[in-house]
Amino acid sequence: MTHTFVPILLMLLFAVVVAGTILGLNSVIGRHQRNPSKLAPYESGVPLLDQNRKRMNVRFYQIAMLFILFDIEAAFLYPWAVIYRGASHGPSGLFLFTEMLLFIALLGVGYVYVWKKKAFDWK
Amino acid sequence: MNPWMHYLLWPCIKFAIAITIVLTVVAGMTWIERRLLGLMQARLGPNRVGPQGLFQIIADPIKLLMKEDIMPSAAEKVVYVLGPMIPLLPAFLVFCLIPFGPPPAFAVTRVNVGLLLIVALTSTSVYGIILGGWASNNKYSLMGGLRSAAQMVSYEVPFGLSIVGVLMLCGSFDLVKIIEYQERHVWNLFPQLVAAFIFFVSMNAESNRTPFDLPEAESELVAGYHTEYSGMKFAFYMLSEYASMLVNSCLMTSLFLGGWTLSVGGYGVTTAALRSMGLLGGVIGAAIFFGKVMTLMLVYVWFRATFPRFRFDQLMDLGWKWMIPLALANIFVTGILILAAGTLKIGADTYWYGELALSIVGAAVLAFTLFLITRGRPAATVAARPTEPPKVIHASRVSEA
Amino acid sequence: MSTLTRYSAIPYTGPAPTNRAPYVPKNAEPANARGEAIATTLGNAAMTQERGQDMPTFLVERARIADVLRNLAENPDLAFILPLDCFGTDYPDREERFDVVYQLYSLKNNERIRLKVRVGENDTVPTSTGVFKSFDWFEREVFDMFGVRFEGHPNMRRILCHEAFQGHALRKDYDPAQRWILTEQNVARIIPKIDPRFATEDTDFERVTLNLGPSHPATHGTLRIVVTLDGEKIIGADAEIGYLHRCFEKMSETHTYQQVIPYTDRLNYCSAIINNVGYALAVEKLLGIEAPARAQQVRLMLSEFWRIADHIVCISANLVDIGALTNYWYLMQPREEIIGLTEACSGARLLPSYVRVGGLAVDVPSNFLEQAQRLVDMLPRYIDDVEKLIWKNRIFRERVQGVAVISKEDAINFGFTGPCLRACGVPYDVRKASPYIGYETYDWDVPIAEGGDTYARFLVRFEEMRQSLRILQQAIDRGLPAGPVIVDNPYVALPPKSKVYNEMESLIYHFKLIMHGIQPPVGETYFQVEGGNGELGFYVVSDGTKNPYRVRVRPPCFPLFEAFGQMITGQTIPDAIGALGSLNIIAGELDH
Repeated sequence: MTHTFVPILLMLLFAVVVAGTILGLNSVIGRHQRNPSKLAPYESGVPLLDQNRKRMNVRFYQIAMLFILFDIEAAFLYPWAVIYRGASHGPSGLFLFTEMLLFIALLGVGYVYVWKKKAFDWK
Repeated sequence: MNPWMHYLLWPCIKFAIAITIVLTVVAGMTWIERRLLGLMQARLGPNRVGPQGLFQIIADPIKLLMKEDIMPSAAEKVVYVLGPMIPLLPAFLVFCLIPFGPPPAFAVTRVNVGLLLIVALTSTSVYGIILGGWASNNKYSLMGGLRSAAQMVSYEVPFGLSIVGVLMLCGSFDLVKIIEYQERHVWNLFPQLVAAFIFFVSMNAESNRTPFDLPEAESELVAGYHTEYSGMKFAFYMLSEYASMLVNSCLMTSLFLGGWTLSVGGYGVTTAALRSMGLLGGVIGAAIFFGKVMTLMLVYVWFRATFPRFRFDQLMDLGWKWMIPLALANIFVTGILILAAGTLKIGADTYWYGELALSIVGAAVLAFTLFLITRGRPAATVAARPTEPPKVIHASRVSEA
Repeated sequence: MSTLTRYSAIPYTGPAPTNRAPYVPKNAEPANARGEAIATTLGNAAMTQERGQDMPTFLVERARIADVLRNLAENPDLAFILPLDCFGTDYPDREERFDVVYQLYSLKNNERIRLKVRVGENDTVPTSTGVFKSFDWFEREVFDMFGVRFEGHPNMRRILCHEAFQGHALRKDYDPAQRWILTEQNVARIIPKIDPRFATEDTDFERVTLNLGPSHPATHGTLRIVVTLDGEKIIGADAEIGYLHRCFEKMSETHTYQQVIPYTDRLNYCSAIINNVGYALAVEKLLGIEAPARAQQVRLMLSEFWRIADHIVCISANLVDIGALTNYWYLMQPREEIIGLTEACSGARLLPSYVRVGGLAVDVPSNFLEQAQRLVDMLPRYIDDVEKLIWKNRIFRERVQGVAVISKEDAINFGFTGPCLRACGVPYDVRKASPYIGYETYDWDVPIAEGGDTYARFLVRFEEMRQSLRILQQAIDRGLPAGPVIVDNPYVALPPKSKVYNEMESLIYHFKLIMHGIQPPVGETYFQVEGGNGELGFYVVSDGTKNPYRVRVRPPCFPLFEAFGQMITGQTIPDAIGALGSLNIIAGELDH
């Protein structure tokens, strides 16, 4: 079935080529009137007061970690969801359901824990 | 048939057609949005270039192409250039995977894990935004990029979870099969009302549209992550925003609105009916599909004209504290009802009961949630607050009060 | 349309305002008496009463000014708790050449007081920032403009002029024709102080100091706010102004009284007419004349229309700041109509310069009342629609409720006036407190709201528009009084051209007035009107010549913006932006 992916690869190549060409074209035919002020980082038109790259607030990383947890959960749910309906008529239906219930319940505990720890609160 | 013909040339042609359509829609969308916003906001919008300002679509890219390509001296050069390209690629790649009309003619390619691939591809676009914001070496950009990253990953979760309900009903990752399931039964919008709602909110957030346009909140962060970008690089960011709106609308159409079909329970404009009409049927199917997509796009514009912007903590609250539990509850309820139908041996022919039950439960849950969300909470920090209209005192002499 | 007949041969026989007799305001006697009472109550030996003024005026010993201010504020009978203004005046011939003038207002007794301190060139004045937080910036302005140093002031540096500016512009010996080239090289780095509530040791390098403005989409003009952020939270803020400083006060000294009017337009350019009216009324008070009834009513109606326009700009721009775009264009339609009405009257749209000392420039068009009625009919629909669009919206409410709160006490101490003060629950409105141009004859209310947050400011502005409409409807129902629109006094108003061409007298008056201008009697006066965002006061000193000796404008934005840094500390950037919009800071007025 890999052949169905060929067009995607083609489109990727196409998009890269087109995007590169347009960007190149822009830098060729665009105006070239540069001066240090124009190329300086913009901060409301006054000189910078601080470094631009500082250590970021840790909460952004927290969100990233939570995201990984919950997104993987969603990814685990996908294959289950696809086969669930077909199997629900058979004898393993209840088993499948309980399995997923347990999985979600475990995550639910984590979710409640994270909520209680105020990881979702930004104030 | 020659395999080369089958696997290379034919997809290329379809691909060329698809990309033309996509670019037209995206470019047209910029015009439609501006005109429509103008209409909603009691002004005109672009109306100078060509009839009704229609050639603005052409004039804008040309203007942006002629603009100076500024590379800030403090920027990380490579990342700065890559930034705008990254979100553009997945936005376009996804169009290979979306069936615009009855297959095989009206889908560039058909992959059995299509939905999974689409979700994977769309979620990469956040890299472009955060890398662009970081590489610009500008505080507004960096903050816009960070906000954007946090926002997009936060809504990626309910976005992914809301699809699970659809997968449970339809039992496939293949968008064509999902659409065919809907034409045999009913649009997934009804049995999966809650999921559709979550999906819609999340897709608004994913494409950084009002009321979720914090990453580029122009009144706060100047222009957010693309503050330092000019010319075509800036255009790429804009283009990818519109492309992602289009992708999300296409997805919503396929998952919840029955794709290219207009049928309930197998009656109406079905795939079989369209196929029997040959090429014309395909064109009609594609027209139906894009009709639905455009309706959703107009809803985007409508939203933009209506809503104020969220604050960042409110946005996170909505995503993590409302959408995720709601999505999990939806999966749970769907699971129970499917199990009940399976255990009680209500066969595939009496699916109506299940769908009906799901619709009712979904509507109830959604209504309750919306009530909770929209209910105005009095702010805790302010003690006494007059109800509207505000307290009016007859202050004929000021010294009395 | 003057009612003077075309060929009237009767010369003007009324009183001539000249520079010979010194100016004595009408209410000088009660003010003197009240001054004695205040001096008795206070029992403060440091005060010498200056008589013949329009409000109780005292000369205070320099060293004890802060104590006197504190006594005035803390005395329960007097309760001069609202600091209105602090400014300087220069009299170079005197030994102690500078006057530093303080003006306070008592909400309890509805009365004003003026204190003066005489300062020599090398003297310092004890700071009164400990009594009134408001005077922090006002004292800086005095320092900037006159070079008077305030002892113990926490931040004694220039405020309106550039850091590298030399000299003090409002001193009489400063040559106004000088040119300076001032670049960004010499600007001081502002690092805001971290609020003690958020001061912890180890997070120091996660903090970012960020400029919002001067060239930032949210500042609606050229303001600069420097914020220190911890994540999204503002933990320290400092404001920098002066980017739009146009030397209004210095320019006024080099122009005649009538020529100042176009400059007043540029103060609060969102409600220019009100500035015109305020200045004209101040000079009229100095001249001892009163504009004809017709002119007064037109002034009142246009003031109210422009108050609505001012609130419209504030509300709509504020809503754009928090992302609700549509309201802006929606509300701009009635504003456009208001501008159209002004255009019909004066020929100019945004900055009409319509008012003259002594009346109006020209008469209103014949269909003025019909046009006004049409506007009054159409406005409520727009106001209601916008209210409906936002009021029930949860996003909007969460964005404004409890945001950027300022307490009633702080607001008064910072010298808030206008809608922002009324949003804290203080019903102070100049139109009620000391009515002018006939506000006392109309039936209307002062809206107040509790809370002092962005939401309360929204509430007050919405309701004020409705109250203005009430006034307007009554004014329309009364109809405009017949008669001229400018005083029949050739020492103030130019005779009509028809007479200038036909009469010797009129030609001479015309020539005299053009060449020598209006010459009010020697004296000083202060007049206040309710501007779009608070008390707008003009303090005019005349030395009997055609140019004002000193014009001081009391910009209502100035104290509002002064408090802004405190209001936003602990909030997030989006909330700070929303609060900035709700204060309606107009850079033109702020930087005068």
